[in-house]
Amino acid sequence: MTTRIDRRMAKLKSEGRPALVTYFMGGDPDYDTSLSIMKALPGAGADVIELGMPFSDPMADGPAIQAAGLRALKGGQTLVKTLKMAAEFRAGDQDTPIVLMGYYNPIYIYGVERFLTDAKASGIDGLIVVDLPPEMDEELCIPALKAGINFIRLATPTTDDRRLPKVLQNTSGFVYYVSMTGITGSALADTAKVAAAVKRIKGHTALPVCVGFGVKTAEQARTIGASADGVVVGTAIVNAVANVLGPKGEKTADPAEAVATLVSGLAQGVRSARLAAAE
Amino acid sequence: MNKPVIPNSFRTGPDEQGMFGIFGGRFVAETLMPLILDLERHWNEVKDDPEFKAELQNLSTHYAGRPSKLYFAEGLTKHLGGAKVYFKREDLNHTGSHKINNCLGQILLAKRMGKKRIIAETGAGQHGVASATVAARFGYPCVVYMGATDVARQSPNVFRMKLLGAEVRPVTAGHGTLKDAMNEALRDWVTNVEDTYYLIGTAAGPHPYPELVRDFQSVIGSEARAQVLEQEGRLPDTIIAAVGGGSNAIGLFHPFLDDKDVRIIGVEAGGRGLDGVEHCASMNAGAPGVLHGNRTYLLQNADGQILDGHSISAGLDYPGVGPEHSWLRDSGRVEYVPILDDEALEAFQLTTRVEGIIPALESAHAIAHAMKIVPSMDKDQIVIVNLSGRGDKDVHTVASMLGMEI
Repeated sequence: MTTRIDRRMAKLKSEGRPALVTYFMGGDPDYDTSLSIMKALPGAGADVIELGMPFSDPMADGPAIQAAGLRALKGGQTLVKTLKMAAEFRAGDQDTPIVLMGYYNPIYIYGVERFLTDAKASGIDGLIVVDLPPEMDEELCIPALKAGINFIRLATPTTDDRRLPKVLQNTSGFVYYVSMTGITGSALADTAKVAAAVKRIKGHTALPVCVGFGVKTAEQARTIGASADGVVVGTAIVNAVANVLGPKGEKTADPAEAVATLVSGLAQGVRSARLAAAE
Repeated sequence: MNKPVIPNSFRTGPDEQGMFGIFGGRFVAETLMPLILDLERHWNEVKDDPEFKAELQNLSTHYAGRPSKLYFAEGLTKHLGGAKVYFKREDLNHTGSHKINNCLGQILLAKRMGKKRIIAETGAGQHGVASATVAARFGYPCVVYMGATDVARQSPNVFRMKLLGAEVRPVTAGHGTLKDAMNEALRDWVTNVEDTYYLIGTAAGPHPYPELVRDFQSVIGSEARAQVLEQEGRLPDTIIAAVGGGSNAIGLFHPFLDDKDVRIIGVEAGGRGLDGVEHCASMNAGAPGVLHGNRTYLLQNADGQILDGHSISAGLDYPGVGPEHSWLRDSGRVEYVPILDDEALEAFQLTTRVEGIIPALESAHAIAHAMKIVPSMDKDQIVIVNLSGRGDKDVHTVASMLGMEI
């Protein structure tokens, strides 16, 4: 069974360029604004959308994404609304893959079976759940795969060759390589090391490998995209939203436009990546 | 018909996946997973190693001052007019609480693992002080994460940590309490994976922490069990301890779990009452969920967002609880009851007056429950209360609650 993610990654491979994977926080700063951001992403050049599910205690996230999650929760975002947002987006876009990203507890409380049914119906293609390592696969990963939803696993610099097969075992869609040990939004790791790590992972799997954590500029996207099948940008997008919010959360400019401008630049970087590599 | 199956023993958990029934587990980011597996490997190596045990025993005796006394609280017993009340005097340990038991064990583990840097989270500051103490003793740099609210209400402990050479990093996220400090410690660990040992202060977090913290704290119950047999010639009728994350409680309870005639009671922070949100009674008013690496009872809303809770006692101000307690609750072996801020405050003052012992506000919750049940018990019955720490750190909080300036 192929999913939208499989089809999109195959298409980009045939075009000879890496994917631009864009993360934004669902419901930040409010539902309507956030939906307008989501709708603006494909036109600006995003190939895959990661829709962040806010959580009160995001243990692997840096200050920017923590703050975005709190803004979303304050704005009344819930998992029910995040799924609704995906469904509204999907009504107007049948092709762009949507990956839900977040932490397990809101899903657990929603109920795993009910969640998978509703996620599928909302046009969700994949899941990234930060606090579910392969040791916990029975919780959500296996049920998700049975429901036809990709479960995208994070591989990190601490995932050595001995452990990598375990991490890759039930992974589908793509592998998300976390470029450094640390929280989201930290400084980008040494790109040569990242390229070596991507090569190492590709030695274990035929899945596409996307790289995230620390990519903020078009230039970085271009460099990372030279070796990876995809480049994930999150904190920079979340910051683009934060930058057009005033001290009381009021909008000083259109967040969707700010995000679109940033993403267009990143898309140009990604699209020129292989040219750069060929030079 | 649907009567739960009573296991032959309540002392065999966790299983190989780190589960106590449905509770516990290893819900952590992949970055941390290899570290946790490495910790488990080392833990399994040392836990039955005579050399490791001897080193810990030596430090416990000569550095921490163990065994702690089992003290007959005659003044309180007379005042209440019922069962005999004994205090397990963890307040007399070096650093003033039970926290040192766990810290000595874990610092020896860190040393074996060749780690170079210690991080810890703290609520009341008792664990922070104990961590800073063992770090100083063994020559490690130490960073303690502490909620900004707790930094303000536990200033004596903050200063102690600084004197001991630790860096105290205040955490402003959330309500600035223990939950937020734990998030920040995990963020540090996920960043500094090579050289850092995370010295968790309570019997919670991902496997193997709940097991190893319990085992290091079980010295409390093992001693108390032997002491009461020697002093009274029989086991107690009831044992009581306060439960935040639950390390002092599991330490007292675990050696008694298979003594079927011993009633075991854990006391949660009822704060300003369970009908609102200003409490930390996760097992009385929460639901199972996943936070900080384990599944356990949590205070949360219908969307699975974690609530902040409230307690007069910084050490109980945590919206979760160790996973073994959740399992003991559901299996019915241990009763968990709430005690309000005001009741704890009353127990704090009474114990100070009739015993000449200033208990920590955490321990005062356990004493407050003893005050409720002891008067209606027979005079030949025995109750052991875990006096988990001394209350010097709480005098500012108590003064302000009583409307006094000091």
